[in-house]
Amino acid sequence: MTNTSTTPQPSAAASSGAPLLEIRDLKIGFKTQAGYVDAVRGVDITMRQGESLAIVGESGSGKSTTATSIIDLLPGTGTVTGGQILFDGKDLTKASAAEMQVIRGRDIGYVPQDPMSNLNPVWSIGFQVEEAIRANGVATGKAEVRQRAIEVLQEAGLADAGDRLKQFPHQFSGGMRQRVLIGIGLSSRPKLLIADEPTSALDVTVQRRILDHLETLTRDYGTSVLFITHDLGLAAERAEKLVVMYKGRVVESGPSQEILANPQHPYTQRLVAAAPSLASRRIQSTLAPASTHGVSVASAGSDDQELMARAHEREEAGRRDADYITVKDLSKVYRIRQQGFKTTELRAVDDVSFSIAKGTTMALVGESGSGKSTVAKLVLQLEPITSGTVQIGGQSIGALKGRDLFDFRRRVQPVFQDPYGSLDPMYSVGNTIAEPLVTHGVGDRASRQARVRELLDQVSLPASTVNRYPNELSGGQRQRIAVARALALKPDVIVLDEAVSALDVLVQGQILDLLTDLQTELGLTYLFITHDLAVVRLVADNVAVMQKGRIVESGTTDDIFASPRERYTQELLEAIPGANFAFGR
Amino acid sequence: MPSNDSSALSADHYVADLEETPVRAVDAIDESEKPRSSWDDAWDSMRKRPTFWIAAVLIVLVVVVALFPQLFTSVSPTASDLPKSNGGPESGHLLGFTLQGTDVFSRIIWGTRASLTVGLLATVLVTIVGIIIGSLAGFYGGWLDAVVSRIGDIFFAIPTVLGAIVLMSILPTRTPLTVALVLSVFAWPQIARVMRGSVLSARASDYVTASAALGVSRFRILVRHVVPNAITPVIVVATVSLGTFIVAEATLSFLGIGLSPSTMSWGNDINAARTSLRVAPMPLFWPAAALSVTVLSFLLMGDVVRDALDPKARARR
Repeated sequence: MTNTSTTPQPSAAASSGAPLLEIRDLKIGFKTQAGYVDAVRGVDITMRQGESLAIVGESGSGKSTTATSIIDLLPGTGTVTGGQILFDGKDLTKASAAEMQVIRGRDIGYVPQDPMSNLNPVWSIGFQVEEAIRANGVATGKAEVRQRAIEVLQEAGLADAGDRLKQFPHQFSGGMRQRVLIGIGLSSRPKLLIADEPTSALDVTVQRRILDHLETLTRDYGTSVLFITHDLGLAAERAEKLVVMYKGRVVESGPSQEILANPQHPYTQRLVAAAPSLASRRIQSTLAPASTHGVSVASAGSDDQELMARAHEREEAGRRDADYITVKDLSKVYRIRQQGFKTTELRAVDDVSFSIAKGTTMALVGESGSGKSTVAKLVLQLEPITSGTVQIGGQSIGALKGRDLFDFRRRVQPVFQDPYGSLDPMYSVGNTIAEPLVTHGVGDRASRQARVRELLDQVSLPASTVNRYPNELSGGQRQRIAVARALALKPDVIVLDEAVSALDVLVQGQILDLLTDLQTELGLTYLFITHDLAVVRLVADNVAVMQKGRIVESGTTDDIFASPRERYTQELLEAIPGANFAFGR
Repeated sequence: MPSNDSSALSADHYVADLEETPVRAVDAIDESEKPRSSWDDAWDSMRKRPTFWIAAVLIVLVVVVALFPQLFTSVSPTASDLPKSNGGPESGHLLGFTLQGTDVFSRIIWGTRASLTVGLLATVLVTIVGIIIGSLAGFYGGWLDAVVSRIGDIFFAIPTVLGAIVLMSILPTRTPLTVALVLSVFAWPQIARVMRGSVLSARASDYVTASAALGVSRFRILVRHVVPNAITPVIVVATVSLGTFIVAEATLSFLGIGLSPSTMSWGNDINAARTSLRVAPMPLFWPAAALSVTVLSFLLMGDVVRDALDPKARARR
């Protein structure tokens, strides 16, 4: 692969002058029913003019809270309870609401996280850009403001900006909306731009283009950028300096490259170790006797032999159950009702064929709208197949009805993306896991309880979890419950639809380890649906890349990652943030 | 505050003191905490609201009065002492006398039962009918939904009290049960609508798909997963509508087509006191006050319940 990662160039201004932003011992608390809860406890951050800095941390680490406190937009009951925020020598924590209003937008720009909800759907794009320009006093007079709005959108990378002013947010794609928001954020040439997870809602290829563009703009204007991100790779690639936050505190800060190559704090070490990148290898089960844990890139010599041995092993097994799941010419057509009685057809899945060997993992990768989740639904028989066949263990599943379909459900189980939505909030954990057993009439009450405890143990949760409710558990814990539930009926196949996408990187690593162990232990076959190629590298034996309902490329993970043939696959691989960054581990 | 722990690090590489920032196990479960369902959470947040306690005490009081009126007054509500017609308060007759010379306080106490019975009966009927129809329409959709929703719209277009006036005027008997039935006939679409909307959103959730993938039957999914998750808004609407049913009964009785005049109820008493309102307002004021306080307590309770069950407040992420 060609090295395309852009190494941040420290700008000339970075090394000299007084700091642009200096946060000193910042403390922020949220008022709740139970009293004050500290979200940020003594944070120090220093940024110089023209510098780019990223705050990295998992959800709840206080990174977004810190950033929003700078522009005095703390959500809800949050208040700064101590410390100073010095911007250009002025303490923002003491500034009045009127003073902050002037600073906001004019001196400090802000790009929010979710481009889908941060543009007002009832106003045109032009109106919203002009509003920002007028509010910040960048231009006055109708014609001048209009002219400036067009410039802003052009700078943000919207080619036919003049025509687009009259359009509404719903006519824009996610990437285009984020460009508009970046345009608004930079419209008054602020000294500092705060980008709060600016691209986490976008596809990787779009993310890359947006970040490239943002980098060019801010370098041209000499704007300092403060990134907030959960993605270590993105931080390393886009920022000169890194601040790692954990439970409301800064645990490590300094030059990005140095921190990632030589993490000092145990938490940073953990984060760096868990960050999936292209340099990582497939996770080995700790249960497999022959394999070593945590293969390092440095000792590639001995690895090769082992990989060969493993490949050989896999080949042997492959001959036995080579085509356990066979999907042939699978298509799914949705009829979309138009105005009146007309309908149009949408081919969500178009002539897809692949096969999965027993006990292996096949990853289906694609961006949003590529049809990958529809394939999952078809394999799970949650939607009828339009044409083509799906065979699992020699049985064609398309025509299954009644009793046969019921029995089929035992063998194929799903785990869904959203750990907050896939568990019934009214059901205790015990009831949730026992539901499949009850439904299929497995065992009596006592034996079911024993099985539930056994399953909890398999997913490394204490038996006392039985009585808890989903609202008491974290995302990772919920996803473990979802896995336990899927395992209850001892299925052969588990369909994982973006099963780790919503999780923090450390938790994600844990769940992936768990899945790998379970696969080795129980001989499970996984169909792994994801948009994240870095995760694919960690868990999949084979990959199929989907685009617009079709499979554009498929092969073994090693082959695809080493030498992608299709342009689209190459783009996807190049777009992974920090893809080629050598993480120290 | 930045400090250097290691000489190998560059000048601005800061590492926090390990003692101050201990690293916990990734995603460990706090086993010391007591398990709680979302109902427990709702109870917890209600418990801390003074409004909840005020409303609860009032509601309990009203219910006890309705069940055991003899505990609160020893004066017969029908003992007529005509010389004291519209008379003022005196010892043993705290609130004075009605036009017919009966004790106002005693009539209010004995009238509670009829008012509350109509309110509770109508609420229970409406809630049951509304939940069944709304959840079937929302869950199965298609023609069933189309037909049920249109029928609901037709009833929705008729004001409850107006419809009840028409229906009551042709009914031969006028007991609390008939009044409750008549009110339910015109009030169910509101609950059905709320339920339908709530079921529609619950139906689309992942746990429903997950259960379907387990082979759980459609009906069982509806009963076990969708209805329990969709029911909270209905509980809120039902609590509030209990108050409005009591008002509706009083309105009908006031118009003379609610409960039969022989039944003691606040509405009937207000109606009876109407004729002498100008000379003696108090016999009208007291039953009206009892009505207001009862309705207010149910409305307050509805408010508190809504706050506690609000799905946005419920998630403890």
